[in-house]
Amino acid sequence: MPVTNRLKNQHLLWRAAFGPMAENAAALDTIKPADLWQLLLETSSSKPEKLEVADNLIAGLSNGVKDLVALDKAGKMDEETKKERQQKMRQQSKDDIRNLNILWLDEMINSEAQLREKLSLFWHGHFSCRVINSYFQQELLHIIRTHALGNFGDLLKAVSKSPAMIQFLNNQQNKKKKPNENFAREVMELFTLGRGHYSETDIKEAARAFTGWGFNLDGKFENRAYFHDEEAKTIFGQTGNFNGDDVLNILLKEKQTAKHITSKLYSFLVNEKPDESKIDWLSSRFFKSNYDIKYLLSDIFMSDWFYEQKNIGNHIKSPIELLVGLRRLIPLKMENDNAQLLFQKLLGQILFYPPNVAGWPGGRNWIDSSTLMLRLRIPAFITSSEKLNIRAKSDDDVNMGQTDAAYRTGGIGIDWPAVYKLFDSIPREDLVKAIADVLWQTGNRPEAKMLAAFVNEQSREDYIRTTILRLMATPEYQLC
Amino acid sequence: MLINRKTFIQTGTLASASVMLPGFLQALSRKPSVPPGNKVLVIVQFNGGNDGLNTIIPVTNDIYYRERPRLAIDKTKTLTLTDDAGLHPALVACKALYDEGNLAMLNTVGYPNPDRSHFRSMDIWQSGSQSNEYIYTGWLGRYLDEQCSGCDKPTQIIEMDDMLSLAMKGKNYSGIATTDPKRLYNSSNDPYYKQLIAGYQHGEETADYLYKTMGDAINSASYIHDKSQLQAAGKNYPATELGKNLRTIASLILSDINTKVYYVSLGSFDTHINQEAQQKRLFMQFNDAIKAFTDDMKAQHRFEDVLLMTFSEFGRRVGQNASNGTDHGTANNMFLISGALKQKGFLNPLPDLADLIDGDLKYTVDFKSVYATVLANWLGADDQKIIGKSYSKLKFI
Repeated sequence: MPVTNRLKNQHLLWRAAFGPMAENAAALDTIKPADLWQLLLETSSSKPEKLEVADNLIAGLSNGVKDLVALDKAGKMDEETKKERQQKMRQQSKDDIRNLNILWLDEMINSEAQLREKLSLFWHGHFSCRVINSYFQQELLHIIRTHALGNFGDLLKAVSKSPAMIQFLNNQQNKKKKPNENFAREVMELFTLGRGHYSETDIKEAARAFTGWGFNLDGKFENRAYFHDEEAKTIFGQTGNFNGDDVLNILLKEKQTAKHITSKLYSFLVNEKPDESKIDWLSSRFFKSNYDIKYLLSDIFMSDWFYEQKNIGNHIKSPIELLVGLRRLIPLKMENDNAQLLFQKLLGQILFYPPNVAGWPGGRNWIDSSTLMLRLRIPAFITSSEKLNIRAKSDDDVNMGQTDAAYRTGGIGIDWPAVYKLFDSIPREDLVKAIADVLWQTGNRPEAKMLAAFVNEQSREDYIRTTILRLMATPEYQLC
Repeated sequence: MLINRKTFIQTGTLASASVMLPGFLQALSRKPSVPPGNKVLVIVQFNGGNDGLNTIIPVTNDIYYRERPRLAIDKTKTLTLTDDAGLHPALVACKALYDEGNLAMLNTVGYPNPDRSHFRSMDIWQSGSQSNEYIYTGWLGRYLDEQCSGCDKPTQIIEMDDMLSLAMKGKNYSGIATTDPKRLYNSSNDPYYKQLIAGYQHGEETADYLYKTMGDAINSASYIHDKSQLQAAGKNYPATELGKNLRTIASLILSDINTKVYYVSLGSFDTHINQEAQQKRLFMQFNDAIKAFTDDMKAQHRFEDVLLMTFSEFGRRVGQNASNGTDHGTANNMFLISGALKQKGFLNPLPDLADLIDGDLKYTVDFKSVYATVLANWLGADDQKIIGKSYSKLKFI
């Protein structure tokens, strides 16, 4: 199949954004990919508004932990009350994080800053962090969304000083003479260099440099000088009385950091199969640009090779990409927000609950027989009242509030006319192909004759609607 | 199109429609490799971190009674195993299995540098990894990769759940999750899916992979459904979820299905508050279901072919907390139940409560040793290849 202009544009929109939306999908036949890329940059150029969810009880921990500490110090709180308060805070925090999840999803679906939200999702997995403190999570997400298209060094430093990451990777416990190496290890292995590009000594020494980095009771970063190890450290052959910032700067001076980040982005945005010569070219330019993320993205999306057939339609959509993409094409509201979380859980990607510090592995890891068969049924669930008779696993870390699918999992107020409009000018006999051209990024096309038994052929609208739902209920629609 | 759309083949004695994958997706279709009478493993996962010290109670240990003023179980209430150990009072059937020589127990099973987070520790147990490495396949999934190489139905492992756990995810194959073979069959037996597969032409590698997974899922659902109808399990199973799941497992074991591993969960054992009632309730469910299942297997002369193993992501702290509960701990005990045990009763000493790390038990047996033993000595698999490292084998099977 030839790579049409529409296919190229949709490819760009699926990788640099969350796919085409009903209202503008018609324009994709004509606009040039380079112009579309400029549009994506422009619409993401403003600063993001913070998504705020943290309850007062949690916010800044000010009304929460401070209170607790004060009461506790005054000896006024017995163990039972303390436990009760802690439990209440945990529950509140989980509820807040659930709200943050839904707010961010809404941004991904509706925001015009598609590029920023897409890259934020990438960094959310790269700087994987799982803490049950809604204030910390809210602040970390804001850091990520603020720097998602900015400078990688700024992003790295801001994330490293976020209470969320300090708590998750135990730097609060990293003190002189009693170093905790967790953060130092992960910052090298996962955030910058990648496995195999440092020694155990580098980690031990770097951990000493990070001693003292912590957060205070207001939930703000604090460099606790009294915990900092002032002795000399030797990292990558350099010796000095380094602090945490020094170590991050040393890591940024390593070309390997640019290479590691470029490789990961290439896999996320272009192809899971690495092309070493492309990655080398991109990463050396990324390094020379002093880690300008937009520069790297432009190198990728302005290149000809990005639009080659072998890079199109071979990426398995993550659950978030699948759910968001579907809702961009078919405008609707969910009757019950919990359904959005249930789908994430059942498909294996809950925002703010990555499986571990290494993030979601992606690719074929999303797929097993249960998740694939559920993916095929999701378009029908979301657009109808079909009852979801599937239960999520109980999880002692993630209390999703609701149990089972006692609520409706479907969407309401579906704006089908906006979708029909897309195909206004298409003669009926060409509809199947036209719909597949919008929905499928793969090279094959379905046969109208085969579909006939499974769609409603009465009115033109019925035909379009049921064909869309059928073509979404396919392995092809899992790919982009 | 490459393939005639109506090429449905008939499989199994009940002749349900199975779907024919286009040739290029279809590996050599093998006969089920496991003849009847072969050995199966049943794993019962205690979710949430079961309190091992109130499961097997060290009835003569002063530290235990000192650290748990309100939670310790009085010696006279426990079911006596040895002079020094008693079982939780609700585990009557386990006590009977112990008396018959069909129960073995391992104490202080764990791993170095234990993690006290539920999700992380469960991942470590399910993937069979070290606590500082991240592996995205499960130990049973990798066993499946070995077993199912080139097969068309990854039904060697079945989890009784709607979602598949990491333990059962391999690199190339993943187990099948179902709580109800009939429902699984009905939801996957959609003529539309079969038409899609029949009309699919060789495409990009990833699309091929998805089609292959879809075909495998449909075939597996059909195969499991057929087999689940063949043999009725005994009638005396409790109406609990675990009871129903073990009943389904029993009916599959009694058929000639090729499944080697069944996986089922019970929980939550995360007893930070009011532990006594919660643990008792869950143990009663466990006990009644296990009794029905083992009775059934004995009556059908299959108990020698079944090994049932329990585990939890961690044990709990030695000292109780202020809410009549216990907090997350480390090493824990495991039950091994079978009619074919070579060693019975206690396989190793009770935990040493005088030698703790920060109030937590030290592990003495790496759980990967247990996996290696089960893989090599029960399932006849290459444990080193699957676990990635050699672990010393135990001698209970």
